Amino acid sequence: MANLDLNNVDGMYFDVLREIGNIGAGNAATSLAQLLNTKVDISVPKIDLLEFSQVGEAMGGEELLVAGIYLRIEGDLNGSIMFLMAEKSAHDLVSRLMGGMPPENEDSFSEMEMSALKEIGNIITGAYLNSLSTLTNMKIIPSIPDLCVDMAGALLSVPAIEFGEMGDKMLMIETTFTDFSTIDGYFVLVPDLPSYGKMLSALGM
Amino acid sequence: MGEMIKVGMADLKICLSPNSVTTLGLGSCVGVAIRDPQTKVGGLAHVMLPDSTSVNNNGNIAKFADTALVELVKQMEKAGAVRRRMVAKIAGGAQMFKLQSQSDLMRVGDRNVQAVKKKLKELGIPILAEDTGENYGRTVEFYPESGDYIIKSVGKPVRTI
Repeated sequence: MANLDLNNVDGMYFDVLREIGNIGAGNAATSLAQLLNTKVDISVPKIDLLEFSQVGEAMGGEELLVAGIYLRIEGDLNGSIMFLMAEKSAHDLVSRLMGGMPPENEDSFSEMEMSALKEIGNIITGAYLNSLSTLTNMKIIPSIPDLCVDMAGALLSVPAIEFGEMGDKMLMIETTFTDFSTIDGYFVLVPDLPSYGKMLSALGM
Repeated sequence: MGEMIKVGMADLKICLSPNSVTTLGLGSCVGVAIRDPQTKVGGLAHVMLPDSTSVNNNGNIAKFADTALVELVKQMEKAGAVRRRMVAKIAGGAQMFKLQSQSDLMRVGDRNVQAVKKKLKELGIPILAEDTGENYGRTVEFYPESGDYIIKSVGKPVRTI
């Protein structure tokens, strides 16, 4: 599997990656439900292998304002993970977490809101990485989370560049979380090339 | 008003005045705009990575600073531009996350800017202006008629360089 080429991902690998996405997103929803103390439903995750030219449109346009939480991962698996959601969803979530407090400012996040958002991202990506770790029996150590609110294109350029070192496509997992409002969340997991091989071998591929 | 031609990530396009070229949401990538002021032929490359020789999978020439700029200049020359008159403006190369500074791979915004500058120097194309680095995204529009390179960022005034 050392020579895995992302441009030639076939059906079976795709299914494995989808399954990881499924379980990861399921765990993330459970954590989110505990955090918000409410029932959270999730859609079946949609997994897309995107050309770079399509990356910006995938979330609803390059210029859509989004919040992205980014973590580096180390251990048996090296690379990064990013969780993204539209700015509006991020405001919704933060406000819910802070007991229904309305946003201090519709267009930006206060220090406190940023901190809450980082924690949400940490919990969601943590749940995702946990299931990946359990499934593959690989040790995964995430860094502290880093948050950025900016244009979708600008944020997605970060994982896109990491994928760019390996090929011409980017893998993105879309999951919709629903409680009383709907949050479209996007995961971008970027294992480096040796880790991809290790991950798939661990899954018996 | 001419048409505005969109350039995607790891992509390049040329255009003739009165048309213009744009690329949306530049992050750590660099938008390199080149123009021949006499023929008003312009071009824009959305460069993702600094160096095609350090990567095995380098089929997409628009992705790398070294190969993209050579191709862009070639296409502009085909459209009637002359190399010795060409001038460039560059934008982008931001570091969106603080964590990005930890490893070499992650300082890619900065490395992209350096690689673009080096290649433009090799090609003998002077850089008239730049808006690079920092930690925010940029949408750019380039007008070969005037040479105006318009830069828009979230929560910041529109700049023309």
